[in-house]
Amino acid sequence: MRKTLVLTFAALFASAIPGAAATTLTGAGSTWDYPFFSKAFYEYSKAHGDVQVNYQSIGSGGGIQQFTARTVDFGATDVPMNAKELAAAESGGGGSVLQVPVVLGGVSVAYNLQGVNQLKLTPGVLADIYLGKIAKWNDPAIAKLNAGAKLPDSAIIVVHRSDGSGTTYTFTDYLSHVSPEWKTKVGASKSVSWPAPSAVGGKGNEGVAGQITNSPGAIGYVELAYVIQNHMPQAMLQNAAGKYLEASPEGVRAAAATRPDVTPTSFSIVDTKCAACYPIAGYSWVVLYANPQDKTRGKTLKDLFSWVSGDAAQKIASTLDYVPLPDNVQALAAKTLAQMKV
Amino acid sequence: MQRVTKGRNYAAIAALDRLFLIAIYAAAALFVLLVIMLFGSLVKGAWPSLLKFGAAFLWTSQWNPVTEQFGALPLIFGTLVSSFIAIVLAGVVGILAAAYLAEFAPSWLARPLSFVIELLAAVPSVVFGLWGLFVLAPFVRNDLGPFLQKTLGFLPIFSGTIYGTSLLTAGLVLAVMILPTVTAISREVIVAIAQDLREASMSLGATKWETVAKVVLPASRVGIFGAIVLALGRAIGETIATTMVIGNRPEIAASLFAPSYTLASVIANEFTEANGALYIGALLELGLLLFVVSFIVNGLSRLLLYAVLKGDRA
Repeated sequence: MRKTLVLTFAALFASAIPGAAATTLTGAGSTWDYPFFSKAFYEYSKAHGDVQVNYQSIGSGGGIQQFTARTVDFGATDVPMNAKELAAAESGGGGSVLQVPVVLGGVSVAYNLQGVNQLKLTPGVLADIYLGKIAKWNDPAIAKLNAGAKLPDSAIIVVHRSDGSGTTYTFTDYLSHVSPEWKTKVGASKSVSWPAPSAVGGKGNEGVAGQITNSPGAIGYVELAYVIQNHMPQAMLQNAAGKYLEASPEGVRAAAATRPDVTPTSFSIVDTKCAACYPIAGYSWVVLYANPQDKTRGKTLKDLFSWVSGDAAQKIASTLDYVPLPDNVQALAAKTLAQMKV
Repeated sequence: MQRVTKGRNYAAIAALDRLFLIAIYAAAALFVLLVIMLFGSLVKGAWPSLLKFGAAFLWTSQWNPVTEQFGALPLIFGTLVSSFIAIVLAGVVGILAAAYLAEFAPSWLARPLSFVIELLAAVPSVVFGLWGLFVLAPFVRNDLGPFLQKTLGFLPIFSGTIYGTSLLTAGLVLAVMILPTVTAISREVIVAIAQDLREASMSLGATKWETVAKVVLPASRVGIFGAIVLALGRAIGETIATTMVIGNRPEIAASLFAPSYTLASVIANEFTEANGALYIGALLELGLLLFVVSFIVNGLSRLLLYAVLKGDRA
């Protein structure tokens, strides 16, 4: 049913694009990628007048479905396609699939505590807060890390995303890495069952941010770009090297650079170990067929994403508060795209 | 007249009549067909979940996409309770406002007031949601909640930690959203009551207030009831505004200050990123439940109305 719906919309949108561009590429997927893609594709079209790119931000799940049904030229997803999804796409007649990292971002931990301008948290304490084991701000475990801070004797309100999202995946992936209990009790996914008894869900980054801003004593995870643009106070998180850091594009970039060997099956870049590494980060991926039937379109696709994962487009990403891909990951993207047979 | 009738082609007119009849039957049948098809496609999509969880889907409380364990009880609870709060508040205020507009307000005031109320109905629900999140939720958390807790805190429904985004906030936002429906329709119904009734009542010596309370309102209660059922339907199905202010926690709590979750909100939140037949099936089964819940609520209110009317005649 969803597919039909999506197709109807796709048709509507496609027909709404005026002009007679020689090639119109269509893609669908991640909402997180959308601000970057719309700017980047616009710039690409400006430089290549005969190419139009039409991207629908319907969510990663929908993007994978449409890509599998081959109703779009490319999909975009915050979590790479898994073995089952790949098998479905391949047996659907599309052939083997390439997954290319194109966007990098971080997740920061924002909070609302009047009079507390600096809040330090260790991974274990953060996990215990989200597990509901630490329920008050003046808990000894938090007080020990923040000597001198006036921590109130009030309940911690744990805020999370209520809509399925790549941000939630990255955050729960991080908690699963740092807390065995989280891994077995909750796990990592785009939507999870939140164990803390004080947990409330907000829809979208703006929903979570709104909840945090309006509830004294709240803590929540928000996409880095959103936190920067809205100047929210964020907690300093201890990384694997023992340093306390606020989330920043530099910290995320440093973290990504420590894992130049990311693959679609081993893609996690959370809890990385270097002094400058911010520990909660993740990629968003573009999925393409390695052996496209229409070679001219395939050639355009390859050229488009070589540009998108390259320096020029990544600079555009950084103006939108995404984190530009580190050089070694750009090289990885180029290597993957080189496998496209066009 | 004569000339026109003379030239009429009766066969053609009869054919046209038949065509018209077919057209209206088809239009009516289309609705039935649409409902059946919607129901059918929901059942089809929900099939994996229907098979796996069976009837237990209705009374289990876990909603865990990771382990793929799904139960809808807290969601049914949240949907019914938030709508109930809304309909009680909007029902009382709406009927009173309608009575004022129809019977008491001078026309220079009634017209612009009705216009403003109808304007309220045209505000998109996401705007109500934003208002609820940024204005109403802090108000509930800082002012209304503590006040209720201080005065009525002995009741379990006003106990516990006060959250800004809660069942109560959702109920309040929904009440504001359905208020125009209740008021506008009730007003129309009251205005339509025969003038004779009012005059008869007044001539018997009843005051204006007595006439409205004891004659006009009872006479228009079927229509008012219809307005309430319509408004309730909107409250049950409302998605975006509820999602923004209810806190989205699939849990049954006694307190109205606790976060909750509704059927429509879960679908809105999780559908775009759901994968796997079972997960999508469970979400579609929620849609099916929403369908069934609305159906039952509608049916019950009709029964109630029937009982009230029958009691009247006896």
